[in-house]
Amino acid sequence: MTLEAKQISFSISDERILHEVSVQIKDRQFVGLIGPNGSGKSTLLKNMYRLVKPESGTVLLNGQDILKQSSKSIAKNLAVVSQETPVLFDFTVQDLVSMGRTPHKKLLEFDQEHDFQIVKDALKQTGIAHLEKRSYSSLSGGEKKRVMVARALAQQAQVLILDEPTNHLDIQHQLQLMDLIQTLHLTVVAAIHDLNIAAMYCDQIYVLQQGRIVCFGTPEEVLTPALLKDVFGVYADIQTHPLTGKPYLTYIPEQFTKEAK
Amino acid sequence: MNRKFMLLSMTLLLVLIISMTFAIMVGSVSVTPLYVWKVILSKIPIIQSSIEQDWSRSQEIIIWQIRAPRVLLAAIVGAGLAIAGAAIQALVRNSIAEPYILGISSGATVGATAVIILGAFSFLGVYALSVSAFLGSLTAMGLVFFLSHVGGRVSVFRLLLSGMAVSFILSAISNFILMLSKQEGGMKAVMFWMLGSLAGAKWSILVIPAVIFIVVFALLWLHYRNLNLLLLGEEAAVTLGVNLQQVRIQLILLVSLLTGVLVAVSGSIGFVGLIIPHIVRLIVGSNHKYVIPISALLGGIFLVWADALARILIAPEEMPIGIITAFCGGPFFIWLLRRNNYSFGEGD
Repeated sequence: MTLEAKQISFSISDERILHEVSVQIKDRQFVGLIGPNGSGKSTLLKNMYRLVKPESGTVLLNGQDILKQSSKSIAKNLAVVSQETPVLFDFTVQDLVSMGRTPHKKLLEFDQEHDFQIVKDALKQTGIAHLEKRSYSSLSGGEKKRVMVARALAQQAQVLILDEPTNHLDIQHQLQLMDLIQTLHLTVVAAIHDLNIAAMYCDQIYVLQQGRIVCFGTPEEVLTPALLKDVFGVYADIQTHPLTGKPYLTYIPEQFTKEAK
Repeated sequence: MNRKFMLLSMTLLLVLIISMTFAIMVGSVSVTPLYVWKVILSKIPIIQSSIEQDWSRSQEIIIWQIRAPRVLLAAIVGAGLAIAGAAIQALVRNSIAEPYILGISSGATVGATAVIILGAFSFLGVYALSVSAFLGSLTAMGLVFFLSHVGGRVSVFRLLLSGMAVSFILSAISNFILMLSKQEGGMKAVMFWMLGSLAGAKWSILVIPAVIFIVVFALLWLHYRNLNLLLLGEEAAVTLGVNLQQVRIQLILLVSLLTGVLVAVSGSIGFVGLIIPHIVRLIVGSNHKYVIPISALLGGIFLVWADALARILIAPEEMPIGIITAFCGGPFFIWLLRRNNYSFGEGD
């Protein structure tokens, strides 16, 4: 299943946030969006999962305009793990993951045996089966993120949109979560803050700056010292890591760059 | 959870039936539980022939004409207010909300005051009070809904604020009518009505609340997923394919209808719609698949007991039931507040 944003423009109270942005995610591809704060990554994703409507441009899910489909049929194919998930009141992990079954249920239908099985599998896959009965608010940040991924899995969507999935996670949980998402072999588009994480997991990277795509390609093509200086305003040393074979970035503080000159 | 839930609901159902039996037994003339059930069963067409009629005519009147409809009404009103409260708390995502925030009770009060003091709708006879109270609540709710509905969207903040504003205005109208009135009896009757009472229960007025309750209960329960999504918020709901705007509008209409009908027959009984959902969430969590049915059962039990107390505490006088619910509910609520492991829906 593919996902494509075509020439998306979007404004918030007269301020242009996105300028004709196009992004293409092929079947089972892992695509990363990178860019400094305020470059429009989250806004682009929100346009892609229909939380907001673009001013102009279209979003195509498997070639079909998402605004011309019912939200229910989109939810069967497209799942989202968003940045902040405030959960009011007291839900158990099982309650929350079961909500992923919502788009598959008819209006007046209770969960069936096979829904419970799907929820169970999702919990197992994300490694939180032991937390099933726990209250969501009692979990750690990493566990909460896993619950949200498990809910997306219970949704059985082929396309996954992630908004900064590794935010607030410690390094071990960052890697665990990204490994998990990679092993799912879904069509994935993720806004990623940490460039080393992006380099390690993405097939393709799009770089956003002030609401425009300035560059895209494989991590090796995109992540260059010139681009980092240009877009992120930092000096970086980029090596190919001997073990992973992926680009590896070391940021160089300004005091050292002056000395080098 | 499913087994625990089944066990809990069966237990509560049993407690409700026992409570109702007890509530029919007590009063100025007490009757034994055996007669309570004999009389009730004798009214069921198929089995009535197998029951030997060994009770007096007056016993039958007390049990069947006076107490049974009243106790049943208590159960329906309690259950209805409790589920309306649970739904409203989900709608505004705030646990201090209760069914009356939509201005329903103040609207109904205007209607009731108009009937009691000014003698409006006198051509409707005994139904004047209920009809007028219902019209009042419908008007209030329509006004609040209209004010909070902007550009096809319902804003929860506007809903709360316009609910308050409309309540103030309507309360001013009822107070104005009361002020003009010279008759003491009328003022007492209005106060009694405002605090809530089930004294007017008859089989004939039971039908509408019962039908509306069953319909609204079924719809809320079957839409438990949408209620849960309201608590998760707009973003999660969109990604799960649910249009929350539609859900909000449906919910406001369902809750208003139910609360309006209940207030029309029982006055504005406070506290039930606020406190019962809290107790239920404490027991079963926030999943509305469990919250809705357990709230209904617990609300029913609570109000059956409150009404029984209202009848016997200062007999032969009758106490307004609102005093009982607040007296019993208030301290419990404070105790709940003091428990630091209960979050009151503040999130994390």
